[in-house]
Amino acid sequence: MIQGKVVYVLWRREMIKYFRAKSRVLGAIAMPAFMLIFQGMGFRKVEFPGLPESIGYFQYLVPGIIGMTLLFTAAYAGMSVIMDKQFGFLKEVMVTPASRVSIVLGMISGSATTSILQALIIMMMSVLLGFRLPFLPSILSSVVIMVLISMIFINTGLILSSVLKDFHGFSTIINFIAFPLFLLSGALFPVSNLPAPIRTLSYFDPLTYGVDALRGVLIGHCEFSIVLDLSILLTLSVLMVCASGYFFRRAVI
Amino acid sequence: MSAIIIKELTKKFGEFTAVDRVSFSVEPGELFGLLGPNGAGKTTILNMLTTLLLPTAGDAEIAGYDLRRDPGEVRNNIGIIFQDPSLDIGLTGRENLEFHAMMYSIGSDERKKRIREVLDVVGLADKADILVENYSGGMKRRLEIARGLIHYPKVLFLDEPTLGLDAQTRRSIWDHIRNLNKNYGTSVILTTHYMEEADYLCDRIAIIDHGKIIALDTPSGLKNCLRGDCVSLTIEGRVDLIATALEEKEWVREIVPNGKMLEVLISDYEKNIPYIFQTAGNLGIMISSINFSKPSLEDVFIRLTGSIIREQEGTRQSARRDRVRRRMLR
Repeated sequence: MIQGKVVYVLWRREMIKYFRAKSRVLGAIAMPAFMLIFQGMGFRKVEFPGLPESIGYFQYLVPGIIGMTLLFTAAYAGMSVIMDKQFGFLKEVMVTPASRVSIVLGMISGSATTSILQALIIMMMSVLLGFRLPFLPSILSSVVIMVLISMIFINTGLILSSVLKDFHGFSTIINFIAFPLFLLSGALFPVSNLPAPIRTLSYFDPLTYGVDALRGVLIGHCEFSIVLDLSILLTLSVLMVCASGYFFRRAVI
Repeated sequence: MSAIIIKELTKKFGEFTAVDRVSFSVEPGELFGLLGPNGAGKTTILNMLTTLLLPTAGDAEIAGYDLRRDPGEVRNNIGIIFQDPSLDIGLTGRENLEFHAMMYSIGSDERKKRIREVLDVVGLADKADILVENYSGGMKRRLEIARGLIHYPKVLFLDEPTLGLDAQTRRSIWDHIRNLNKNYGTSVILTTHYMEEADYLCDRIAIIDHGKIIALDTPSGLKNCLRGDCVSLTIEGRVDLIATALEEKEWVREIVPNGKMLEVLISDYEKNIPYIFQTAGNLGIMISSINFSKPSLEDVFIRLTGSIIREQEGTRQSARRDRVRRRMLR
């Protein structure tokens, strides 16, 4: 059973800690911001096959970098679970009457909010650099896609954190997972330019569909159909929520 | 109705039996201590009673709820203060308390009232809005105690509540524990490996070693089981001679020779210490120094757990000690 209050408590705790940790906000935004500035500006004039001339590389890159921001902040959400484990806070939560499902949902909602906040900050920054923002309805639908993307990767991090105990192991493994996912996703260049064997791999990368859907609503260009993108993202995020719920029920704190 | 009834509780980790068929019960309002060396299985017992760990076998009932059938209700009725710190150091003291209270679905007005109340109990009212990372060790411990109380638990578990604290802070935490036990009528179960702590706080103590209860009584009851006061003598001359002479006396409970030292457990020390000197004098033996102590919980503990360890070595001395121990515990 889901206890709304428990979900709210854990969500609010995440918000308080997020806004208190200025360095964390800055650190998480710095990397995508650098990518946006240097990659975006440096390759501004470059023309890719598979990239319509009317769009331009910078327009093309922004949804990719938003996807990257979501991937990395969401996947690292598991880190705060590891911290809670090491500082004993998680044990404290586990002996309260809060149901395991509510605890997991609380963690997910908190991390999803912070990831989406970061992604929106990056979107604002790209506007300053010359990104042509679409109308409000498109922005709102992009937020829905962001929710789905962050769901998938938050739960990846949560599952990992339910099995692991220490920081170092977690960050090594998460980097090992996140970097290939980022590079394969077509965030930086069209997937169709990759050699066939690698391209096949990128079809197994959830972020490929996330970035594609974001491009669909933000710049009106996508490689697959947006319906396909959305149904894959939705199915995966539901599966991942169930999986992390399952892992947390069995987890030994 | 007892606050806790435990029947044959057992926990095995693979081949290793951490807790071996432990049974006891705790009355409402009782301060109950689990005393044992590190690794004796105290924390494992607590983890099972607080639903963090599933028992391998056996049953337990806490505040009337079955541990296996109704873990949710058990969690609703207990508070626990862990051995390791479990606060969120990125939040203030008040936020820690508030979030904890919300987990127990305590309404907003009631929450504010109770937070004020428990902050007063542990004397942290003026420090409530500081981030916990700036708290001292003792303040953190007091905040954890406050947090454990906020939902008015029927049973409060304390795992090594004063581990690593200085003597003064320890004393003040003891007073807090005593007060809350008196004022709220909360049953308290605490684990400790500090003798003075168990002696000072607990109504009853279970001594645990190798996952088993080896003694369970009031502190004075445990001390009485030694039935004697300890006299240590340093002898100049033949130790065995005086040992044999004293062994015959009916007021001597036990004699342990140790090099030039002789440890004698006696009753009625007022009358009998002069007699020891007289016996020595008659044999022409000099006693160069004497040390006298009334039994402490520590003596009980060392006698109980120490002899068990020596039993495995199977020396003659241990067999003798063991015989004496059994006689004393009768």
